[in-house]
Amino acid sequence: MLNYAGRRLMQLIPVLLGMTFVVFMIIRAIPGDPAQVILGQQATEEAVRSLRAQLGLDDPWYIQYFEYLVGLVTGDLGNSLRTQVPVVEEIWPYLAATIELSMFAIIIAVILGVNAGIISAWFQNSWFDYTAMVLALVGVSMPIFWLGLMNQWIFSIELGVLPTTGRENVRDPVEAITHFYIIDTIITGRFDQLTVVFRHLILPGTALATIPMAIIARMTRSSMLEVMRADYIRTARAKGMKMFLVVYKHALKNAIIPVLTIIGLQMGLLLGGAILTETIFGWPGIGRYIYEAIGFRDYPVIQSGILVVAFIFVMINLFVDLLYSAVDPRIKYD
Amino acid sequence: MMLFALTTILAACSSGEEDVAEGDEGEAVEEEVQDTLIFGRGGDSVTLDPIGATDGESFKVTKNIFETLVNFGEQDTDVVPENNGLAESWEISEDGLTYTFDLREGVLFHDGTEFDANAVVANFERWAAGDADSAPYYSSMFGGYAGEPGHIIESVTAVEDHVVEFKLTRPSAPFLKNLAMSPFGIASPTAFEELGEEFGNNPVGTGPFQFVEWQRNDTVTVERFEDYWQEGLPNLERIIFRAIPDNSARLNSLLSGEIDLADGINPADAATIADEPELQLWERPSMNIGYLGFTTTREPFDDPLVRQALSYAIDKQAIVDAFFEGYAETAKNPLPPVISGYNDEIEDYTYNPEKAKELLAAAGYPDGFEMELWAMPVPRPYMPDGQKVAEAIQANLADVGVTAEIVSFEWATYLEKAKNGEADAFLLGWTGDNGDADNFLYVLLDQDNIGSNNYTRYENQELHDILIEAQTETDEEARAELYRQAQEIIHEDAPMVPLAHSTPLIAGDADITGYTPHPTGSDKLDNVAFE
Repeated sequence: MLNYAGRRLMQLIPVLLGMTFVVFMIIRAIPGDPAQVILGQQATEEAVRSLRAQLGLDDPWYIQYFEYLVGLVTGDLGNSLRTQVPVVEEIWPYLAATIELSMFAIIIAVILGVNAGIISAWFQNSWFDYTAMVLALVGVSMPIFWLGLMNQWIFSIELGVLPTTGRENVRDPVEAITHFYIIDTIITGRFDQLTVVFRHLILPGTALATIPMAIIARMTRSSMLEVMRADYIRTARAKGMKMFLVVYKHALKNAIIPVLTIIGLQMGLLLGGAILTETIFGWPGIGRYIYEAIGFRDYPVIQSGILVVAFIFVMINLFVDLLYSAVDPRIKYD
Repeated sequence: MMLFALTTILAACSSGEEDVAEGDEGEAVEEEVQDTLIFGRGGDSVTLDPIGATDGESFKVTKNIFETLVNFGEQDTDVVPENNGLAESWEISEDGLTYTFDLREGVLFHDGTEFDANAVVANFERWAAGDADSAPYYSSMFGGYAGEPGHIIESVTAVEDHVVEFKLTRPSAPFLKNLAMSPFGIASPTAFEELGEEFGNNPVGTGPFQFVEWQRNDTVTVERFEDYWQEGLPNLERIIFRAIPDNSARLNSLLSGEIDLADGINPADAATIADEPELQLWERPSMNIGYLGFTTTREPFDDPLVRQALSYAIDKQAIVDAFFEGYAETAKNPLPPVISGYNDEIEDYTYNPEKAKELLAAAGYPDGFEMELWAMPVPRPYMPDGQKVAEAIQANLADVGVTAEIVSFEWATYLEKAKNGEADAFLLGWTGDNGDADNFLYVLLDQDNIGSNNYTRYENQELHDILIEAQTETDEEARAELYRQAQEIIHEDAPMVPLAHSTPLIAGDADITGYTPHPTGSDKLDNVAFE
């Protein structure tokens, strides 16, 4: 197992290297000059030219790429062209904000999605099954920005129970230590703020959870249905075992493997796909960080941002793969 | 449903007795008189060092931290001593080459150091020694950096403790207006010498508010500067600038009370706000132009007849009514009417499809032609919805036999390609920096600015001569006359169809007082208070 994990980690090197190259080339292929964008519409041509030279954008691409790689190896992701702050220093608060939101979303999605799937399979063709599956279909097809704005309207404006945007009450800001606000408020003992932070997570979290929840529910249902027809389940039921135990103890264990894969994939997608949610809910996360960097042609930020997200994505997948053998001992890695 | 149910449950679990304004402190304060203003805006600042910025979002904050030598009026761009700049008065020599400023005494920077003539000299030296990255506006306003041939500032000298003298190499009519621009806020020399590049994250000025904290992409917090030189100001204890990119979400936040003031209100939402007794709406005086530009180097747009024809074909009034919801006036010049030198004598190309067809036939296109029409992908103050305006223009053009295909790119790409002359015709606009005609006509249409802000690539030697003459002419009336002539030439050549001067909208709590939106787009909030 350790061996396998080690091998997988080694395989990551060419994957990530290839990715740096692809990202590097793509963002330079899109038109739009960073110097121009930084200086804005009002800039003179001369100003743009001199900034280009200063930023090293006039060097041939392979030199820029080589410098970028050298920087990566030494842990230097470069400076943001826009803010001049080293990306390494700048990226963490955004990343933490997105991870916190995604974790919250994935927990909701897994708890509700898996259970809805199980109950649907358990009571196949019941009203619950039909309703849940129709809702799941609606869930996957619902545009997040529409859902987000509707949620804001209903829960903040009409009902007045939840805040619309942001991570905290800006009149009483959270003291950022780890930048995971749930943890930070606990560390500082501010339990009143903890409630506030939770309340800010609910609307964007549920908006972000909708699609994965729907996908997980459908996957769980079909996987459960398959397993429930298996002989050992019939045996267990014939022995008079309680249905609850049959489903949650025996069937779920086997049915969960494909669901795990889906969960892993969805987590990666959440990280990368939080842009819309973050824009609507004014969430200062990595999605918006990268998105705005694209608008500013802030090459170092785009490159590093995508690299970090991709890295987390492959790490989650590795983790999921390793989890398989923990769930199902028949799966072995050598 | 499941989701709504879930959200409700979660909301119920956690909401308790708090109301949506949340936070015990926030509420307690609100019951007395609120002294924190939360200003919701579309984007974060790029830097808080004004000289390093070119974007409006940065200036919205720095305007409150820094002050300039001279100041614009509360709602105009006139520069007079009564506007309370850092200079109490000034004298201009006969030849227009020497400016002597008497500085205000007893003004302190936020770090406790004193503002004096040496501080002014140090700021100008810092800027003049800069480059396109560190002081982008400096060269456009003062003709280059120190040592460059066009640089108009020969010297800045501290004559006395509170008297500073500028010597120019040639007369410059917009000089005072340029000094009043936000990028030229006077910073504490002690602070910028000590902090170097970090100054942009720790700004120190003489303004009514001092910097507290900046959480990037989220909030900038400033608080009342106790030693501010204007007695009794500012009224607020604290201002928090919050970035909420989506216009609808920002309005939602205002409606739910999480922010007190919301910038960038869609004209379409104005009615909603008017219906809301707890809110009020402000109109920012218009100092912009939204236009349809023709790339005058591309066929058939190199022919003035064709450009005039298309000018007749577009129904501006319908566009303003439909997409600006009335919060704009139709434009006939590239210059907004509030600016000195505006030529009201110009007779606009009024909507007349028949006339357009005639002109097209005269230009050799009796059956029209096919073209690309570029629509900007982002809302701008001067154009709330480029896509829809483009569709209206497309329909207008179809009526005179011209088939236009609407094309759009992501914003940075759009600007780059349009600048390179790759568009047939494109929607774009401009918001003035300093309220001077030069800042519109020279910047947008002079041949010097092809490859820069002259996106139409329009070239006219006669116009160029007039615009250059106007730059050095210091007699206001003579200048205005030159600009009126310039507008005649531009009207005749029609390199662009001026569409509208829009009125940007801001909404806020009904109990906010003392807020006056400035035409430049950055507002000093020292008078703002809650009732």
